[in-house]
Amino acid sequence: MSEATATRPVPRGIAMLRRLDPAVAASFGCILLLLLVGSLYSRSFLSPEYLLQQLKVASFLGVIATGMMLVILLGQIDLSVPWVVTTGAMMACAVASHGTAGVILAIPCGILCGAAIGVVNGIGVAYLRIPSMIITLATNAVAQGLMVAYTGGFSPQDSASKAMRYLATGTVVPGLPNAVLAWAVIGGAAIWLLSRTTFGRAIYAIGNRERAAYLSGIDTRRVTMLAFALSGGLSAFGGVLLAGYASKAAQSMGDAYLLPSIAAVVLGGTHILGGRGSYLGTVAGVVLITLLQSILSVMQISEAGRQLIYGAVIILMLLIYGRQKT
Amino acid sequence: MTEWRHWFSEQRGTLLAIGIFAAMFLIYSTNHPAGFSVNMVQTAANKATLLAFVAMAQAIVVITAGIDLSVGMILTLTNCLASWIVVGTATETALGVIGVLGAGLLCGMINGAIVIFGRLQPIVTTIATGAMYYGIALFLRPNPGGAVNETLADALTGRLFGVLPTSLVALAVTALVIWVPYSRSVIGRAAFATGSSEIAAFMSGAPIRAAKFTAYTLAGLLSAIGGLFLTFFSYTGEAAYASGNAYTLFSIAAVVLGGVSLMGGRGSAIGAIFGALAFRTIGDLLFVFDFDPLWQPLFQGLVLMLAVSIGAFGLVRVRNRLEWFG
Repeated sequence: MSEATATRPVPRGIAMLRRLDPAVAASFGCILLLLLVGSLYSRSFLSPEYLLQQLKVASFLGVIATGMMLVILLGQIDLSVPWVVTTGAMMACAVASHGTAGVILAIPCGILCGAAIGVVNGIGVAYLRIPSMIITLATNAVAQGLMVAYTGGFSPQDSASKAMRYLATGTVVPGLPNAVLAWAVIGGAAIWLLSRTTFGRAIYAIGNRERAAYLSGIDTRRVTMLAFALSGGLSAFGGVLLAGYASKAAQSMGDAYLLPSIAAVVLGGTHILGGRGSYLGTVAGVVLITLLQSILSVMQISEAGRQLIYGAVIILMLLIYGRQKT
Repeated sequence: MTEWRHWFSEQRGTLLAIGIFAAMFLIYSTNHPAGFSVNMVQTAANKATLLAFVAMAQAIVVITAGIDLSVGMILTLTNCLASWIVVGTATETALGVIGVLGAGLLCGMINGAIVIFGRLQPIVTTIATGAMYYGIALFLRPNPGGAVNETLADALTGRLFGVLPTSLVALAVTALVIWVPYSRSVIGRAAFATGSSEIAAFMSGAPIRAAKFTAYTLAGLLSAIGGLFLTFFSYTGEAAYASGNAYTLFSIAAVVLGGVSLMGGRGSAIGAIFGALAFRTIGDLLFVFDFDPLWQPLFQGLVLMLAVSIGAFGLVRVRNRLEWFG
């Protein structure tokens, strides 16, 4: 793995080039291609306003995909994203309706609820050794059950707090939406976590071979559990941002984020069996998917065609550069 | 004696599933307000067979250590297709049924071809192809509607000789015609071998590719039979995203309840059928005990979680910690 050997004194530029994953390069190439196609279709496609708007939409997916990436690097998968996103959004909105204290606690509460579901996932995967695909499906069903019981099956009436709306739609730095800023902060933290901390190294190690990681003294179970907790918290934070963007939570708001978040991570060159991948690739994957969705809707293709093309393009891109080595 | 022991250890999961189902059904039927009657059995059977078909499909793929997350979408697609072509005279209807089954077969073949020759991971592949199949379903039925040959539909959802629900008979016949010959054939044995250890299967010259391809193809076919029955029950076609997703999720739950190992190589489609019947009965238990239907998703989720946690008890018997990491 190139990251592990990069400590040798090599000139910076060459080291950067050597590190560049072909998959990451390919997905950046695909982004440029999509921009080209889009600009042929509509002149306004390359305008800064449009691109910034796309980046803002991408940041919701980006936050969720960050958590998904941590889990995929472990060689696991988190299928509980849809209802963790919804739980985060609904709980934040519910807390926000309880006076001043509620308004202050809304965002942390939403995130904590997601992290709690993540901890359950983590305990199941790490300590009970249940396959992640199963336990996350089960917690997804439980989270759905809790939310349906709580809301009575309808979209809740509580609306998002001002802080949530500001976080999703406001701007601190002129011209840069806060949602993008939030993604940038989380992305920066993820890069730091994955490349500069023992925790991040441990994640790669477990993804490569958990047995070897355990024998070299890593508490693999704790690392796995923490990664799932982080994934849950980040999904819930994505939900909080979405609720702020739409100014309320809705029943099936999370459904549209499961496939894209997995696809973004995998298209970005992260190996689905774990152990390999860079955050830069995930960023590329997220932007790629958002642009693809945007172009398909700009072209006014019906929902049916959009699903069809979307699935086909993902398979095609994976066939080009995501094949497993045999 | 030893042969008997081997048989028992191989069928333990299936027998357990039959036991769970028998217990659940006993509780269900003794507490049913209308009491145990032919009508009650017919209603319960009609609801459960749909899931049983999809669970069989999932089991066949899971045995090869793969997973098919598109089964629910194939069901939705074939439901929409059937609402167009399974109408008219006897010949037209027969051709329509063949067409629907062929479509399912084709969907399964596409999955298999991409997984085997494209060398992509089954999870990502089937999520993406699932999106495509849903797109086609939406294209066929943008709005719920359509019709089905009602004589055939009533015949297949009614009762045989006034007692036996025809849907259960159809399920049994399908299992006999598809699962029994398959599991005893060279290809079927190769599927089990591939699931336990692909390398060992390769070394002993088992037809790995043919086995996997057959598994995905049969899964498509069985999901199509499920879609056909859905049309017979509902008389319409509907491209419902949520219900397609739910079938996929529940099929995995049913497979787990039915004693099929998600690591592959262990279990049977018969077990999955009983897993599906048990899962549906659990869902219906709530109605019998007069709970608020709002709690049903939560209850199903908790049962699912409990079911998948049962496997964790095996950890207590592990002598060497390294065995945790499989």
